[in-house]
Amino acid sequence: MDIFIAPFSNNQFMVNALLAGVLVAITCAIAGTFVILRGMAFIGDALAHGVLPGIALAFLLGYPGMLGAAAGAVCMIGGVTLITQRSRLSSDTAIGLLFIGMLSLGVVIVSRSSSFSGDLTAILFGEILGVGTESIWLQLGAAALIGILAFVCSRPFLLLSFDPEQAQVAGFSVRLYHNIMLFMIAATIIVSFQTVGTLLVFGLLIAPAGAGALLARRIRSMMAWAVIFGAVSVYAGLLLSYHFRLAAGASIILVATIIFFIVFIFANMRGCRPPALNGGRHG
Amino acid sequence: MANAIRTGSGVQESQSDTIAAQAYDLSVGYPNDTVASGINFALPIGQAMALIGTNGSGKSTILKTMVGLLAPRSGKLTVFGGRPTASASRIAYLGQFHNAGFILPLRAVDVVSMGRFPLHGLTGKMDSRDFDICMEALRTMGAEKLADIPLRSLSGGQQQRVYLAQVLAHRADLLVMDEPTSGLDAGGRELYLQAMNSELRRGASLLVATHDIREEARLCQQVMLLARRVVAFGPPEAVLNTETLLETFGIVIGGDTGAAVPECRHSHTEGEPAAAVHKRKLFRIR
Ligand SMILES: Nc1ncnc2c1ncn2[C@@H]1O[C@H](COP(=O)(O)OP(=O)(O)OP(=O)(O)O)[C@@H](O)[C@H]1O
Ligand SMILES: [Mg+2]
Repeated sequence: MDIFIAPFSNNQFMVNALLAGVLVAITCAIAGTFVILRGMAFIGDALAHGVLPGIALAFLLGYPGMLGAAAGAVCMIGGVTLITQRSRLSSDTAIGLLFIGMLSLGVVIVSRSSSFSGDLTAILFGEILGVGTESIWLQLGAAALIGILAFVCSRPFLLLSFDPEQAQVAGFSVRLYHNIMLFMIAATIIVSFQTVGTLLVFGLLIAPAGAGALLARRIRSMMAWAVIFGAVSVYAGLLLSYHFRLAAGASIILVATIIFFIVFIFANMRGCRPPALNGGRHG
Repeated sequence: MANAIRTGSGVQESQSDTIAAQAYDLSVGYPNDTVASGINFALPIGQAMALIGTNGSGKSTILKTMVGLLAPRSGKLTVFGGRPTASASRIAYLGQFHNAGFILPLRAVDVVSMGRFPLHGLTGKMDSRDFDICMEALRTMGAEKLADIPLRSLSGGQQQRVYLAQVLAHRADLLVMDEPTSGLDAGGRELYLQAMNSELRRGASLLVATHDIREEARLCQQVMLLARRVVAFGPPEAVLNTETLLETFGIVIGGDTGAAVPECRHSHTEGEPAAAVHKRKLFRIR
């Protein structure tokens, strides 16, 4: 039993990591649910990587990394919106363009300064084993904000994911609620990158919520599953990294991905494949 | 531009408490394409109006403008005395196509309950009364047994019944429906007609795009024939005659078998219908 509890009872940094990680998992589960339902995986992925130049620049100039991440996200979303509105290109082309442009800008900034090597690892992979108390408070605030938004906007979000025209006709502005969703995703990434890193935060956005989507029939239960899978991933990942001296952030995402595949296999064996394929009836 | 039959109320200014929707010289279309213009009508409260025309004649475009999904290109449109978006909670809309991309297996009753959202807004509480109304709407469409089945594992016609139940559950003042009977079997059509009759008795107004000329004529006080312009407008018995229908549908009778060969006469460049139409009785009304 000791191997499951001792790492946390003996080390304050492990407790902090667990707290911060679980809060990140909750935030990511809520935002990730809508990423999956609304088919926003690509913009989510692009945002996660596209914030890199903002963070790098902030570090260089001595500002908090989160401020830079927010600036990066604003550039990214602004650019995508501009291109989709002012040209005939579809949004995935615009997203891909901004994604790769921002990423290369980030690499250019990083490569220009030699003092970056340590910071870069922290940006890409996070520092979950070094989070401080203020970070945890921030995570708590973010989780609460995202949770409240998801709760208050549950009707427009459902309609928007189900059929945007219905949302519009029902009196819920598609543009407004789409932007709120984007804000949720961006905010999740911005507050989470310090913990699990820009390279891997996307994993916590989609793996637990994706597994939840395989099991749930309604949005709330999908979210609940996602929170459970995310929290288990954080706990198991930290444990693995402690005992086997593995990179903590990567271990967490790896566990989340493995959980997804276990659920996937389980769901297929139970015969509840995606209803689009077999139309399996319930009750 | 023949046969533009206008009822008196169609062009007169009326009080908003007797008129559900009204258009003055309305043009509808998409950002780079005007689909139809010169649309004038007034739909009194408690009455029904049908839009009839071939594929591409502009029915869906008008309906989308009526519910605020498209902005009018020019002219004036009022719904309950204001802009369509101002009365979102009073308007129910049934689109021609239904989005099938949702990942979770939502049950039919969940889809019907979305029809109650506009009444409760963002945070208003839904209670057992809403649930009862949803179940009653499903019952009206003969789809009560489907309530717990995921929408996507229903057949096309079953899904259409569920979407109609969603519209009924709204208890809206104006029902805007795009080909509501598409995919319905004979029984479904009968249930639909009964449901619409009771909606009318309740005081709701209907605006329906349809290819089902005969059945809608039983329901509607007014009919608008469309061919990327208004061919005719008025009560069904005045509007639905061989000449207007020919002009609307441009059907040519070929050979002695009397087989109807539909031919799209109204290209995007708005021209007069082509000539050489054998004037025969194509549609028997009633
Ligand atoms: N999204 C769109 N963008 C631009 N033009 C469109 C769009 N949808 C339709 N149109 C144009 O508007 C015209 C009218 O289309 P509309 O959908 O109103 O026809 P309809 O009468 O509903 O036909 P159907 O019986 O096939 O449903 C079409 O000829 C088409 O050229
Ligand atoms: Mg149509």
